[in-house]
Amino acid sequence: MLSILGYNAGPLLAQSILGLINGAFYALLSLGLAVIFGLLNIINFAHGALYMLGAVVSWVLLNHLGLGYWPSLLLAPLIVGAFGIVLERLFISKLYKLDHLYGLLLTFGIALIVEGLARNEFGSSGMSYAVPEALRGATRLGFMIMPTYRLWVVVASFVTCIATWFVLEKTSLGATLRAATENAALVQAFGVNVPRLITLTYGAGVALAALAGVMAAPVYSVNPGMGSNVIIVVFAVVVIGGMGSILGSILTGFGLGLIEGFTKFVYPQGSGVVVFVLMVIVLLLRPAGLFGKAA
Amino acid sequence: MELSRRALLGTTAAVATAAATGATTPARAQGKPVIKIGVLNDASGPYRDTGGKSSFICTQQAVEEFASHLNGYTVEVIYGDHQNKPDVGAGLARQWYDRDGVDMILDVPTSSVALAVAGVAKEKNKCHVNIGAATADLTGKACAPSIVHWSYDTYMLAKSTGGATVKAGGDTWFFITADYAFGQQLQRDTTSFVTAAHGKVLGAAPYPFPSTTDFSSFLLQAQGSGAKVLGLCNAGGDTVNSIKQAKEFGLEMKIAAMLMFITDVNALGLETAQGLRLTESFYWDLNDGTRAFTNRVKPKTPDNWPNMIHAGCYASTLHFLKAINKIGPTAAKAAGSNIVDAMKSIPTEDDCFGKGSIRQDGLALFPSYLFEVKKPSESKGKWDYYKTVVTTPAAEAWRPLSEGGCYFIKS
Amino acid sequence: MMGFSRPQLVALAVMIAVIVAAPFAAYPVFLMKVMCFALFACAFNLLIGYVGLLSFGHAAYFGMGCYVSAYAAKSWGLSAELCVILGFATGAALGAVFGAIAIKRQGIYFSMITLALAQMVYFFATQAAFTGGEDGIQQVPRAPVLGFISMQNDLAIYALVAVVFLGGFLLIHRIIHSPFGQVLKAIRENEPRAISLGYRVNDYKLMAFVLSTGIAGAAGGLKSLVFGIATLTDVTWQASGEIVLTTLLGGLGTVFGPVIGAVIINTLEFYLAPFGSWVTVTQGVIFVACVMAFRRGVVGELGARIKVAL
Repeated sequence: MLSILGYNAGPLLAQSILGLINGAFYALLSLGLAVIFGLLNIINFAHGALYMLGAVVSWVLLNHLGLGYWPSLLLAPLIVGAFGIVLERLFISKLYKLDHLYGLLLTFGIALIVEGLARNEFGSSGMSYAVPEALRGATRLGFMIMPTYRLWVVVASFVTCIATWFVLEKTSLGATLRAATENAALVQAFGVNVPRLITLTYGAGVALAALAGVMAAPVYSVNPGMGSNVIIVVFAVVVIGGMGSILGSILTGFGLGLIEGFTKFVYPQGSGVVVFVLMVIVLLLRPAGLFGKAA
Repeated sequence: MELSRRALLGTTAAVATAAATGATTPARAQGKPVIKIGVLNDASGPYRDTGGKSSFICTQQAVEEFASHLNGYTVEVIYGDHQNKPDVGAGLARQWYDRDGVDMILDVPTSSVALAVAGVAKEKNKCHVNIGAATADLTGKACAPSIVHWSYDTYMLAKSTGGATVKAGGDTWFFITADYAFGQQLQRDTTSFVTAAHGKVLGAAPYPFPSTTDFSSFLLQAQGSGAKVLGLCNAGGDTVNSIKQAKEFGLEMKIAAMLMFITDVNALGLETAQGLRLTESFYWDLNDGTRAFTNRVKPKTPDNWPNMIHAGCYASTLHFLKAINKIGPTAAKAAGSNIVDAMKSIPTEDDCFGKGSIRQDGLALFPSYLFEVKKPSESKGKWDYYKTVVTTPAAEAWRPLSEGGCYFIKS
Repeated sequence: MMGFSRPQLVALAVMIAVIVAAPFAAYPVFLMKVMCFALFACAFNLLIGYVGLLSFGHAAYFGMGCYVSAYAAKSWGLSAELCVILGFATGAALGAVFGAIAIKRQGIYFSMITLALAQMVYFFATQAAFTGGEDGIQQVPRAPVLGFISMQNDLAIYALVAVVFLGGFLLIHRIIHSPFGQVLKAIRENEPRAISLGYRVNDYKLMAFVLSTGIAGAAGGLKSLVFGIATLTDVTWQASGEIVLTTLLGGLGTVFGPVIGAVIINTLEFYLAPFGSWVTVTQGVIFVACVMAFRRGVVGELGARIKVAL
């Protein structure tokens, strides 16, 4: 069998595909985080909690209203996005003129509240969510068996990421948004309602987190702690990619998934820490991240 | 202004005082001494179904059934959550023994927390009866004259499940192990039985605990190793997730869940769990006694039928109260080792485990049972999940007294 | 006197009186926990309140102080005061290395680097043999002071904790009011100007960082002696977040704020612990309330109301 660096190619390929699946979640989450940071200058610590909320909402929709996976895929991001808009109006909008630090602390507080309430309501042992009928089953790839659902996750995440990037970088809406962050007063003078634009952007970023939550539910089971496990890693992804860089966060998200996959293969214990090692190295060599513009 | 400052400090100090002295001792009924049992376990986390509230309910059940035999004292049961953190568990244990007058701490799953609580019990010579934790060190390196370990330990699980699986032809193994004391010890113990039976361990994937939810990568490594048996050295939600994902990825190996309870089987469902082999020392449908006990507690915990931990809480509480009857509440309050000495001196007998005994090092001796999970077609009703494959008699199921390394056992 | 204003002196006297009287009225182990976290918060405040650096990984130093002290007491049989000193040395040494890396970046990047480095310490703590992984270091003996003054009695060790706490508290106060402390404040207010005045800003920042992490390490060492255990809980990023909360609630850059913050947070935890996750929810509410309504914290607001810096 073909071998790379002394390892058989088959298992290595299998591990990298598994890594990509995790990477798909990192990319979706860090994308939302990067959008919010890039356009609002807020470090959204609540992102993990809102991701968890997306999963919890889809579980509630299924078990209390009988609405399955496909409606949830649309409804959960809308519900959580609306919640995000309320948060932005009530709290976050009051902090734009202050130091970054306060946005970080505020959203940290929100994360604690959301997570604590979810824990009180659902316990922390996790609730299972069945894979939707249409995506059950698996494909034999020769070197591994690929569950259909996981394949779907990678494809759906990739398409969402590219679409978001396209909207922000290639459309006039995106151009207005970016202009608004550069010079709000000027854009406002052109008759654009900048505060509303910003509110909607926060809602959209949060909806992306919730979408990731819905997609994660069948893979990881729904757990109130799922957000705080992942938020620190996603932070690292955004920092490595370059804070605010959309493309950077997408590529780093998928890339980190791959690297974690390899680590699980050669040194499983270390899979949780490799991202932080990378982060320190990147910040020391390229302060603005891999794809960020120097300040 | 100085006044307001003083007033502020005054209030905060008062708050702190109230917090620290916060009254929990109830009025003593008719002036009789109160024997207090503190059930300490995971109330909300991954082990809340294997222990949790049902442990508390089964403890209360034992107290109610024994109420008419109480000899000059009353009994109170309190409940606490250790969140699976050793420092939380040790802190609460210290406070319960020091301040709240707790005479026995019961259950305490999660090996790391159990060892911490055992340390406090040893330091203060207070009684601790452990049910929920797996580590065999509680009656070995970490033993104490005031500690009893009941229901199961890593040695007994490894011997029953590990030994039998190799005999049935599963002679090459790969482990997926939660990378902390419990998982490592379970893997070590199982490895020694596998190699003793001329089996071979081909590899292991220790994964970060408790933050891992995706086991697919380790499952593929297991598949790639070519081993016939996948040994899962983890517990609770991790075990359930590993088995689910093994199914998802079409793993073609026999799975030996080294620690699994009927509550986990219930969470998985028979469709996924069928054919699994696991070891417990109690099953509700084992004999008339176990069925009678289950019928008594079922109404109080209808969605979570008793497993060996819940049964252990019930049975050990009964035995504990018999010991108090023997020595009287004054001697019991004086030293935990008085209670445990009495527990060791009388044979155990109850509906759940039948007749048994507690050995010098504190280990309660009962038979262990290797079960196989039924196919959905074989199951006749709710919670009808197991068929017995091998029964290991009490004399052979446990680690020999001389091998434990308990300091007060003279070899 | 020692840089204390008259009202501050009065407050200090009250605090000492409370410390002396409290163990006769309340559960001493709880009070000792409060003092350990109060000292930790004071150390953290030195950095954020007076240099303006938000370290989001301070639990690493506190936690490693815990581990090293516990190990020294258990395996080497060192006496209590040496264990605490070793805790300080551990925090300071780790802080010297991490600080040298982290102060190369400003603002949010500084916070992120400290977080990443702290996560590495957490990983180290789960893997290294001497920390005992998930078990932690358990059954740490309460080592005697100077090798012969027994600490078995809760009141005896309470006295030790009180002395170390007050010592650390006064030391921090002294640092702030020294010429060195004045330069730190100048850096906080206007870093480019401090540079233009010829101060080697990075040297000052690093020095402050090392002092802060050292004291955090000593607080950790003290805690491991009191509770007889050192575990992963104290090196998690959640623990780092909690100390930010404690300090913010009490009042960033106030002398007594971190102490009051520690009293409130620990009391809340004590009361709410039996009620599931309400601790987390309450902490979240406090965070939000602090950021939205009183960014100066309890003591800061109070001081502003009565026009006295406390």
